[in-house]
Amino acid sequence: MRKYADGVAENMEREEEMKEKLEQIKAEAMEQIRNSEALERLNDVRVNVLGKKGALTAVLKSMKDVAPEDRPKVGQLVNETRAEIERVLEETVKKLEAVKREAQLKAEVIDVTLPAKKNSVGHRHPNIIAMEEVERIFIGMGYEVVEGPEIETDYYNFEALNIPADHPAKDEQDTFYINGDILLRTQTSGTQVHVMEQGKLPIRMIAPGRVFRSDEVDATHSPSFHQIEGLVIDKKITFADLKGTLAEFARELFGEETRVKFRPHHFNFTEPSAEMDVSCFKCGGSGCRFCKGSGWIEILGCGMVHPNVLRMSKIDPEQYTGFAFGIGLERIALLKYEIDDMRLLYENDIRFLKQF
Amino acid sequence: MNTALSWIKAYVPDLEVDDQEYTDAMTLSGTKVETFERLDKNLDKIIVGQILSIEKHPDADKLIVCQVDIGKEKLQIVTGAPNVKVGDKVPVVIDGGKVAGGHDGGPLPKEGIVIKNGKLRGIDSFGMMCSIEELGSTRDFYPEAPENGIYLFEEDAEVGSDAIEALGLRDTVFEYEVTSNRVDCYSVLGIAREAAATFGKSFKAPVVEVKENGEKVEDYISVEVEDKDLCSRYCARVCTGIKIGPSPKWMQRRLSASGIRPINNLVDITNYVMEEYGQPMHAFDLDTIAGKKIVVKRAKDGEEFQTLDGQIRKLDSEMLMICDGEKEIGIAGIMGGENSKITDQVKTVLFEAATFNGANIRRSAKRLGLRTDASGKFEKGLDPRNAEAAINRACQLIQELGCGEVVGGMVDVCEPLEELKRIKFEPERINSLLGTDIDRGTMLDIFARLELEFDEKTEELIIPSFRQDLEQMADIAEEVARFYGYDKIPMTLPSGEATTGKLPFKLRLEEKARDIAEFCGFSQGMCYSFESPKVFDKLMLAENDTLRKAIVIANPLGEDFSIMRTISLNGILTSLATNYNRRNKDVRLYELGNIYLPKSLPLTELPEERMQFTLGFYGEGDFFTMKGVVEEYLETIGLKKKIGYDPNAGKVFLHPGRQANILYEGVVLGYLGEVHPAVLDNYDLGAKTYIAVLDMPNVEPFATFNRKYEGVAKYPAVTRDISMVVPKEILAGQIEAMIEQRGGKLMESCVLFDIYEGAQIRPGFKSMAYSITFRAADRTLAEQDVTVAMRKILNGLEGMGIELRQ
Repeated sequence: MRKYADGVAENMEREEEMKEKLEQIKAEAMEQIRNSEALERLNDVRVNVLGKKGALTAVLKSMKDVAPEDRPKVGQLVNETRAEIERVLEETVKKLEAVKREAQLKAEVIDVTLPAKKNSVGHRHPNIIAMEEVERIFIGMGYEVVEGPEIETDYYNFEALNIPADHPAKDEQDTFYINGDILLRTQTSGTQVHVMEQGKLPIRMIAPGRVFRSDEVDATHSPSFHQIEGLVIDKKITFADLKGTLAEFARELFGEETRVKFRPHHFNFTEPSAEMDVSCFKCGGSGCRFCKGSGWIEILGCGMVHPNVLRMSKIDPEQYTGFAFGIGLERIALLKYEIDDMRLLYENDIRFLKQF
Repeated sequence: MNTALSWIKAYVPDLEVDDQEYTDAMTLSGTKVETFERLDKNLDKIIVGQILSIEKHPDADKLIVCQVDIGKEKLQIVTGAPNVKVGDKVPVVIDGGKVAGGHDGGPLPKEGIVIKNGKLRGIDSFGMMCSIEELGSTRDFYPEAPENGIYLFEEDAEVGSDAIEALGLRDTVFEYEVTSNRVDCYSVLGIAREAAATFGKSFKAPVVEVKENGEKVEDYISVEVEDKDLCSRYCARVCTGIKIGPSPKWMQRRLSASGIRPINNLVDITNYVMEEYGQPMHAFDLDTIAGKKIVVKRAKDGEEFQTLDGQIRKLDSEMLMICDGEKEIGIAGIMGGENSKITDQVKTVLFEAATFNGANIRRSAKRLGLRTDASGKFEKGLDPRNAEAAINRACQLIQELGCGEVVGGMVDVCEPLEELKRIKFEPERINSLLGTDIDRGTMLDIFARLELEFDEKTEELIIPSFRQDLEQMADIAEEVARFYGYDKIPMTLPSGEATTGKLPFKLRLEEKARDIAEFCGFSQGMCYSFESPKVFDKLMLAENDTLRKAIVIANPLGEDFSIMRTISLNGILTSLATNYNRRNKDVRLYELGNIYLPKSLPLTELPEERMQFTLGFYGEGDFFTMKGVVEEYLETIGLKKKIGYDPNAGKVFLHPGRQANILYEGVVLGYLGEVHPAVLDNYDLGAKTYIAVLDMPNVEPFATFNRKYEGVAKYPAVTRDISMVVPKEILAGQIEAMIEQRGGKLMESCVLFDIYEGAQIRPGFKSMAYSITFRAADRTLAEQDVTVAMRKILNGLEGMGIELRQ
């Protein structure tokens, strides 16, 4: 009996001892944690207390001395202590990490007003920006972009456009000739003949490209410049369609508020013919230096395709009608970007090109 | 064409509009007014005064003090003018008035000059007497004005009246842009007819009645037209008893406003009729005409002829000449001869009003290099009916202005006149072309205003002969449109079959070229298609280089623009040099433009136009920077295989050791390299410059925008690095080709990561290191796979004489 009683007493004693020891380990651990200012020090604590050779592990190891029936209780006690230490340890780690991050962010403050590091991208030529803009508008309206030769025969540049040999209209165009029959095209209009000759109807096309006229180089002239020709041929195309289409184009290009005005004019390959003015996009039409006070700016020439032109391209003018227009690209570019000297377009000075 | 509004109003008497209204309405009906200028815009408070007395200035030898009557009051005016005397009537500008220019006749100030009362050498002067220069004109247009001094009015000028009016300067001159189809509008009558139709006023043509002297023109002259194909009508009339003198002021003013200098009555009458009717006329001194005979015929090749400007002209057998019984006396429609020129001693005048073949006149004038007002009108093709009207008008003026007597009758050699054209009146078709709903009555009213007669029986419009431009329904529709008002036609969008907007593949490739070039820092330039043949020398091309076979422009703007380029480099190098010399740093430019390669010379068929994508830069970067841009572009447009570079490109304008042809599947796509220093010197370009040229027609067949997803590698790669010592002449490309060939299908890539020459490497060799990666798409590679492949590669390299380093 006694022996048994002694045993109980002994066990009780061990339990108390163990408890005390655990308390002590906990207190020491907390002390160490509290004193840790760096994350590395906390790691030391983890190793010293919770690690394989740590104090708490040692306690666990001594469990074999504890009576089997008491082991669960002691075990629980150890686990509780471990959990408590780990909790505090984690909390402290988080706190210290936050402090460290804070310090790092503070150290990394930069002067955001220092210069940017740019990947210096190149710039498109203002002519081509304008050309792509015009193309985009007409492609959106169902037009196909077509190209024609820059060195052309007299037939396509003049004759098929109702400008026969010796017609005074030829003189108006100051043509560069290679020989009697081959020339540098003076207009992109010839491209419409190439397309009509293919005989696929209806036609909705634009033909952008380089054209040439023997004008001396100055602020408003260049012997080489660009035009965009447009052509629509279908049954029942009217002058009203021409007006509506080009008004739509002008609004797209120059803004919703743009108004248009059509004035009678003469081109050999259209009849009736017109020139289109748009309301000045600088002053809105009230008159300024830009539009020379008139409120209007001349933009393009247009008209209903001349029946002779249709006939020459084997299209029956009794069945089909159409309209055509020609836009000077440089004129649009100069106006839109307020470039005051045409020579700038061909000098390729990077300080000029960079502005577009 | 410039004309005073007062002259137009002479035929449209009811016309009452202000200058701006007139401009707008005429422009909208198709007679475009370019500008207008009020002749009196800088003239104000100028009155006709009469000099009552003249005294010497007490303190100045060259000044005089005049008392001048200006009607309501008398003014004291000091002047230095040498020409005035008591009783003269002069223009006087009073205090606060304005004159247009200074007395020296220099350029006119924009706002004129305000005149104020003042003192000249201590003597009060209340205003100023004006010279013609101060009134804004010159003696060219006021030949009666003295060479130096105050303008003097004729005796009948009314003292106190408006001097500006008296000088004919209360007027506006309009400048019209007449379109080439409207020959009839190159005349005052033509414009007046349009003005009347535009404003709905009646048009009153001049009434022409010629008082003849009873003689017969046949007794003076006969006319024979041999070459009727070039002269469809020749009208001749004779005036005798010619008295040369000044023409009346009203005629001088009208001519002056049109920019024509008054000369004398005879010359002025011919010019006046040419302006009024648009029909050029010629006056011969009949006494110089041999055999009382005019013959119209072609010249002979190589003949020479002196025109009335004194120049000797070389003729050919396509030029039409006016001859007398013995000799040539004028080039038809272009200029008369020195030998029959009118002098002040002329007694009898032969007037010619003819209709010549327009195309022939145009060609002749061009070959002669002699374009005159007359030829400019003839070449548009004149109305034969107008010739008769004009010559009668001239004779009427000769008689009425007391310049001479008119001999009875007219010699008229005329091909049968074409009947007036008739065009079917089809109002529905007109409306369906215009997209309008204009009623028949409105249309007929418009035609009536334009003198187009309507034949109700045939439903046809009868076209007056002066409207040679009206030929078919579309022309008639335009007449309706412009007087109905272009602005009143509605705006619609085309109905009918929908079409798809398209940008062709070629243009899409060019668009991508622009994008990639710009991403890589290149800005787009624009260069001329024509250049100087000296370019070939600047680029050091050999004398027999095929690129020198360029198309030559027959009529260039000088040598610098005389050939069509066969190589695109000159433009970009010139532009880079411009930038370099303007001290712009690190400039990168590109250009997309054609070169023109003739199939044979001289050109018999159209040349090949090849689009070139040309890039050039100086400053930061080197050969490999340019190579990177080229590859970036080619990859973007779908050239996925390895791009080859052949250093033997043979470009004389590039550095011999820094150039390469760009190859793809054996096709040369273009070339790149460093520009030869000697070429840089030729362009005055002081920095190393790199260029690349891609020949787009050769690139296009390989390009595609189709893409296919090829999967992302699932299995790990194995990488082996090898380091070797390579004889210097072996190119990286050769090593890579070997590695690729031997690496087999498991090899994914081989990348050069180090290259070194110098210390530690013996001369003539270089050290190179590659990182070679293997991967299989379907499994993790076994060591064995890689070892086998590497063995092959290493054997191959050793076979090339390459030494492996451990």
